[in-house]
Amino acid sequence: MNASLIPVQVLYFASVRERMGLSSEKVMVPEGARVSGLRQQLCARGEVSQEALSVQKGLRVAVNQSMVEDDVSLSAGDEVAFFPPVTGG
Amino acid sequence: MGTDATAVVVRIQHEAFDEALEAQRLRHVHSGARVSFVGYVRDGDNPSLNLKSLTLEHYPGMTESAIENMVSVALGRFSIQQVTIIHRIGELHVGEPIVWIMVTSRHRRDAFEGCEFLMDYLKTQAPFWKKETWSDGTSQWVDARESDDEALRRWGVASHNATQTQAEAGKASNKKLPGFTAG
Repeated sequence: MNASLIPVQVLYFASVRERMGLSSEKVMVPEGARVSGLRQQLCARGEVSQEALSVQKGLRVAVNQSMVEDDVSLSAGDEVAFFPPVTGG
Repeated sequence: MGTDATAVVVRIQHEAFDEALEAQRLRHVHSGARVSFVGYVRDGDNPSLNLKSLTLEHYPGMTESAIENMVSVALGRFSIQQVTIIHRIGELHVGEPIVWIMVTSRHRRDAFEGCEFLMDYLKTQAPFWKKETWSDGTSQWVDARESDDEALRRWGVASHNATQTQAEAGKASNKKLPGFTAG
């Protein structure tokens, strides 16, 4: 029994955007998926994604423009952003 | 001027800002103090290379709401009256202003502390990213500093921007990618 798929809009910023080679994309994830599951799904595409979304350099996540931990569950239409630690000011 | 009903102004913009004009906008008979901070692009920390410029990127929508949120926190903590925060994006050269925070209050202490608190907050909680471009044409993204997290912690606010959490350290060592954890 496969879980049905839901769409989420994924955004990439700064060094993550450059490594991914794109700034946004629509991704289908299984219903009930968490941020961590989405990240693993993207990493499984290959080395480029795996390097871009590596947590070793510190990867931050926002869902619907609020910072979250990666165990947050996703809903259809969510906006999920991956970016490095911030360096403004 | 001086009767501007808007107590909080947050702007993200490419253009330079006119400090005198913005300060004029905040002048108010009930304010006994006005403190402002301006952050500039400084020459690079590497003495053998000249910094050509900084390029600032942000997350449209989230950056504004993150700043508005931190202003709400500041308004709850300090007796401050008006706040203006302007942050520039795009390519900025050495000597150009990047960020400007101005706070007014009845008495000086709240304006000093409110301004510093907002700046400490902005450094680690607002989604902006800086990229350095050097005179030899190379460029690199600026690393976040743990000292900025410590600055915010001094106000009693948890901050883990530059700091790797234990969970991250654990995951980083887990090279094998497991399947979905949710189903």
